[in-house]
Amino acid sequence: MKPPRFEYHAPATTDEACALLASLEDAKVLAGGQSLVPLLNFRLARPAHLVDINRIGGLNRIYERDGGVAVQALARQSAVEDSDLIARACPLLTAAVRLVAHRVIRNRGTVCGSLAHADPASELPAVLLALGGHVVARSVRGERVIDAGGLFQGVMETALAPDELLVEAWFPASPAPFAIVEESRRHGDFALAGVVRAADRLALFGVAPTPVLADSRDPVRGLQPSGDLEATPQFRLHLVRVLTEKAFAA
Amino acid sequence: MRVNGFAHPAAADPRRLLSDHLRHDLGLTGTHVGCEHGVCGCCTVLLDGAPVRSCLMLAVQAEGHDITTIEGLAADGAPLHPVQQAFHECHGLQCGFCTPGFVMSVVGLLAQHPNPTAEQVDEGISGNLCRCTGYAPIRRAVVRAAELSKK
Amino acid sequence: MTMRWFGERVQRVEDDRLLRGHGRFTDDIDEGALESVLVRSPYAHARILSIDVTAARAMPGVVAVYTAADLPFGHTDLPILIPHPNLTHGRTQRCLASEVVRYVGEAVVFVVAETRAIAEDAAELVQVEYESLPVVITPESAARADHLVHDDVPGNVAAELIQEAGSVEASLASAPHRLRLHFRFERGAACPMEARAVWARWSTAEHKLTVYDSTQSPTSIRGGLAVLFGLPESNVEVIAPDVGGGFGPKIMLFYPDELLVPFAAMRLGRPVKWTEDRQEHFTAVNQERGQVHEVEVGFAGDGKLLALDVDFIHDGGAYTPYGIILPIITAAQVPGPYRVPNYRVRFRDVYTNATPTSPYRGAGRPHACFVMERTLDAIAAQLELDRAEVRRRNLIQPDEFPYEVGVGWQDGNRVVYDSGNYPVLLEKALANLGPRPAGDHVGMGLGMYVEGTGVGPYEGAHVQVLVSGKVVAATGIPNQGQAHATVWAQIVADQLGVDVSDVEVSSGDTRRFPWGVGTFASRGAVTAGNAMAVAAGMVAEKAKRIASDHLEVDPADLELVGGKVQVKGAPDRGMPLAAIAVLANPVRYAFGGGTEAATQFSARPRPGPPLHDGEQPGLEATGYYSPPGSTWAAGCHAAYVRVDPKTFRMEILKYVVIHDCGRVINPLVVEGQIEGGVAQGIGGAFYERLAYDDEGQLRNASFMEFLMPYATEIPAIEIDHIETPSPLNPLGVKGAGEAGVIPVGAVLASAIEEALGVAITEMPLSPLKLFELSRPS
Repeated sequence: MKPPRFEYHAPATTDEACALLASLEDAKVLAGGQSLVPLLNFRLARPAHLVDINRIGGLNRIYERDGGVAVQALARQSAVEDSDLIARACPLLTAAVRLVAHRVIRNRGTVCGSLAHADPASELPAVLLALGGHVVARSVRGERVIDAGGLFQGVMETALAPDELLVEAWFPASPAPFAIVEESRRHGDFALAGVVRAADRLALFGVAPTPVLADSRDPVRGLQPSGDLEATPQFRLHLVRVLTEKAFAA
Repeated sequence: MRVNGFAHPAAADPRRLLSDHLRHDLGLTGTHVGCEHGVCGCCTVLLDGAPVRSCLMLAVQAEGHDITTIEGLAADGAPLHPVQQAFHECHGLQCGFCTPGFVMSVVGLLAQHPNPTAEQVDEGISGNLCRCTGYAPIRRAVVRAAELSKK
Repeated sequence: MTMRWFGERVQRVEDDRLLRGHGRFTDDIDEGALESVLVRSPYAHARILSIDVTAARAMPGVVAVYTAADLPFGHTDLPILIPHPNLTHGRTQRCLASEVVRYVGEAVVFVVAETRAIAEDAAELVQVEYESLPVVITPESAARADHLVHDDVPGNVAAELIQEAGSVEASLASAPHRLRLHFRFERGAACPMEARAVWARWSTAEHKLTVYDSTQSPTSIRGGLAVLFGLPESNVEVIAPDVGGGFGPKIMLFYPDELLVPFAAMRLGRPVKWTEDRQEHFTAVNQERGQVHEVEVGFAGDGKLLALDVDFIHDGGAYTPYGIILPIITAAQVPGPYRVPNYRVRFRDVYTNATPTSPYRGAGRPHACFVMERTLDAIAAQLELDRAEVRRRNLIQPDEFPYEVGVGWQDGNRVVYDSGNYPVLLEKALANLGPRPAGDHVGMGLGMYVEGTGVGPYEGAHVQVLVSGKVVAATGIPNQGQAHATVWAQIVADQLGVDVSDVEVSSGDTRRFPWGVGTFASRGAVTAGNAMAVAAGMVAEKAKRIASDHLEVDPADLELVGGKVQVKGAPDRGMPLAAIAVLANPVRYAFGGGTEAATQFSARPRPGPPLHDGEQPGLEATGYYSPPGSTWAAGCHAAYVRVDPKTFRMEILKYVVIHDCGRVINPLVVEGQIEGGVAQGIGGAFYERLAYDDEGQLRNASFMEFLMPYATEIPAIEIDHIETPSPLNPLGVKGAGEAGVIPVGAVLASAIEEALGVAITEMPLSPLKLFELSRPS
C-alpha cells in the first residue's frame, strides 16, 4: 500500500496552481489529502501529477460575505468547527462538520476538499445543497460561481472542469430551525443515510449518487438508493423516513 | 522540516509517506503504521501542535513544519509526559502498538479541552483503534492525564 | 516463600519503553534490508496457465523475483501442524502456488526490491494468466459439494468425527419435550493492530540465520527453518520481538513469507524484510468462526436437559494446515457448565474457497457457547420459564469435580473439568446486573461458558541471579501484550525474595531460551508461569545450599527475603543473593567486588572440588512444567441492551462479567484481558463481518468497511472475580486470555431477541440484519 509514482508540484499562488492545472495532463489537486491519499495508497487513484495547494498563502480564510460565510480552499474542517463566526452565522455548518470523521482527520481535511470530492454519503455537500450555497471555481480562463444544485453531478463527480480549482465555498446563514441527523455504523463513519433540514428545506445524503433535495412530507418520493453491505435500498428508504421525522420533530 | 525540535533534510522521493519517512529515513520507529488508509490512528503525530495522520501526508508536505512524534514528548531518562504517565498508571496499553497514536491524539485532545467531559473523552479518542484494551482503561487514562497535566 | 507479589495489582514493567516509542516491532528493524511484496491470487479458485515475471525482473530497483519454480522447496507441501486420524483428507498449500489457487490472497510470486514502493510497482508488472474455476464459498454449499475445492477430496470433506456420551437416540425418543434448532456463525477476523512482518539476515561468516518474526511461536519457526534449510538448530535464531497483538492467527507454521524471507536473505546475502499491509492482511491471514449447526435437544418439563444432538459443519477454508483443532474444541465445549447426560456431536470439516482457518481468540468456543446458550433460551421460552432458572437447574455442582464430559479434547485427552463453582458465577452475575433499566425495547442477556486452558505439552524457563543481585528470567513463549514481563517477574520475585523491579524478563527469543511451544490457547500463565516458578524455585534451593555452606546452617532454616538469604528468625545472619551468585561461579569475577568476596584462597567451607558431582556453575536453573491436562476456567456474562426499534441501533446499557481463572496473579492484567476480550466480542457480534461474495471475493478488506469498534461503540464493562484454584498446577492458576470474548455473542443475541421480539439464530448482527428480521419482506 504505497502510492504509485507521480510528479509532485507545489505552487505558491493560486495563479500558479491554475496554470499547472491548465497545462498538465491527468493532474489531481491535493488539499487536505484525507480522501485522496488513501486512494493513492490503495493505488485506486493514479494521477500523473499531484498539484499540492497547501503552499498557497492566504487561502485559508473564513469570512462573512453576502449574508453568509465563505470558507476558502485551505480552511481546515477543524478551523471551521472552532470558528465563532460560523457558530454564529451558520451553526448548521458547525453541527455538520462535527459529524465528519474524527477530529484528527478534521485537523487536516478541508471543507472545500469534501465538496470537490463529492462523496454521496458525505455531510458537507448536503449542507451546501440544503442551504442553497455555491462554490467559486478558478482557472486560467477566469472565475465562475457554481450553485450547489449544479455542482454535484454523480458519485464523486462534480461540474468542476479538470483545469479548475475550487477556491471557496459560500454557505448562506442557516435559518431556524435547522438539523442534521444521520445514521452511521460507527461514530465518524460515512452515513448509511442522512438528512439536513434548513427551515423547510430538506436535503438527503447517502441515498442517491449525489445529495438531493426532497419534500419533507414525502421524503422518499422518486428515490432509488443503492444497496451495499450495511444497507439495502429498502433499509435506506426506511432510514430516510425515520431521520426526516426526527429532523422535523425538533 | 523540524522533528522533535531538530531540523532534518527533506524526503528524496515525493511519494514517500510522512509515516515511512519518520520511521525508515529518520529512524523514529515509535510512530506505527497500522492501516495506511487513515482509519486506525497508529501513525498519529503532531503537525504544528495538532494531531494528524502521518500516513495521509507526503513527507514533502511536512517541509517547513514542526512535527512532534512520540519520541519527542519526553526526553530519554526524563520523567514520562503526563499523558504517557497516565497510560501507565491506568493500564492503558497492552501490546503497545496503537499506544503512540493514542498518546498523540490525547495530547491534542487535552490541548483543545483541558477538562474534557466524558463525551469529549470518547470523541477525542474515537479516531484511534485499539484491539487489546477494550478502551475503558484508555478513557481512565485520559481523565488521569488531565489531572496530571494540572500538577 | 512469601507471596508478596502474587495477586497484587502490580503496574506493568514493560510500559515505559512502549510509551516512549522505544518498543521494537519487526517492521522497526531496517539495517539496510531489502523490502518485498507478494503477488497474490485475485481469484478464489483458478488454474494458473502461465506466470511471466520478465518485466518485473527488468525493473530498476528490483533485486529478485521468485516463483515456485525458483524455490528448492517449491514443490513441497507445507506441513500439517496437528495431524489427526480423522483428518482423512488433509491438504496444505505450497509456499507459492504454481498450478491451482484456491483462495483470494494465496501467494503466487515473491518480489524483492530496494523499497516496498518499487516492489509494489514491479508486482504490477507480473503477468499471471488464470483460468477461473467454480467457487464454493459457504459451508452449506461446500457440504453439498456444489463444486470441489480439491479434485481429490470427495464431497469437500477434510474430516468427519462423531462422538457420543450416553445414549442420545433413546433419550431423545423418550424425552417429554424436544426442539430442533439451527444456528449459523459467519467468519470473523482477529485483526491485530500490527499486521504480520518478517525480517531475516544470513551471516556467511557465522553460517547463521537470524529471523525476526511477529509470530506467536518462534521456537517452532526455528525448528522448521532448520530442517528446511538443512542447518543445525543452533545456527538458526528466531526472535519474536514486540508483537502488536496476536489473538491466534499469528501462529500458523508456516505462512509463505516465513520461508520466503529467510530464503531470499540467504540467497541474496542481504537482510530482507516483508511487512504485510492492511489490505492483504484481510485475505492472507487465517480467519475463523464460520460454522453451521443443527441441534436437537430433549428436555424435561422442569427444563432439565436429557439429550443433546449437535451436527455441525466447520468452514475450514481452502487448506487444513492447523488440522481439525477448531471443530474438536467446539465439539468439546458445547455442553459448557451444564450437565448433559446424553450428548452426541458430529462434525464435518469442509473445504471452501476462502482463506484457511486457525484459532482466533475463543477458538471454536464462541460458537459452541452460542449453540448451548441459545438452546437453553429456547427451552426457557418453550416452557415459559425464567432463563436464569433453566440454567440454574442444569449447572454442574461444585461437589461434582472432577467432571467428565465424555468427549475428546484438543490435547488427545478426554474432557475432564478439574474445578469450578458455576452456581456462584450465575448468582453473582445476576446480583451485579441488578434491576432492569426503565424503558421500552430493553432486553436482558445471559451467557455462561467454560474454557479448557493451559493446554500442554510444556513450557520451560531459565532464571539466573546475576552478580549484581539482579535477576534475569527467560521463557520461549513470546508476548503480544499479555504483560509477561510483569507477571513472570512477580512469580520469580516471590520465589527469590526480591523486588519485581529487580527481575528482567526475556520472552520469545530462541537465543535466550531455545525450547517451548507458543503463546496461544490461554496457556501462558499455566505453562510458562508454572515453569517460571519451577526454575526460580530451583534457584532458591541452590542459593540456600550455597549459603548453608557458608553460614554453616541447615538449608531448611534459611529463607530468601529482601534480596538476601537469611536465617529464619535471625535476619542479621545472612548474605546477599549477589554474593551467592559470585560463590556459585568457581571462576569468580573481576568486577563488582566478587573477587574479594569469594577468592579461592579464602577458607573453604567444604572439602572437595569447587563443583561437586551433578552441580552446575552459576546461580541459575532451567525448569520445565508440563501439565497433566487442561485446567478449566469459567465465567458468566450478563447484560442489558436497548435496541432502537426504528434505526436498529444497539446500545449496551450495562455489561457485567464474573470470571474464574483460578488464582489471579495480577488482577490489573486479568481485567485488561477480559475488557479487551469483551470488546472484541462486541465487535464480532455487531460490527465486524467478513463479507465474501459468491465469487469468493472479500468485499470489505479495509478498516473503512470492516468495522472494528472505536471507543464510542464499547461500553464500560463491570468485572468481578471468583477464585477456584486449579488442583492441577502448583500455582493454582487457569488461563484468562480468551475468556472475555467467548459468551458475548450469546449474551447479545439473548438480549436483542428479548428487546425486539425477533428470534436470533445467527452471528454477526447489524442494524440491517435486525431491520430485515423485524420486517420480513
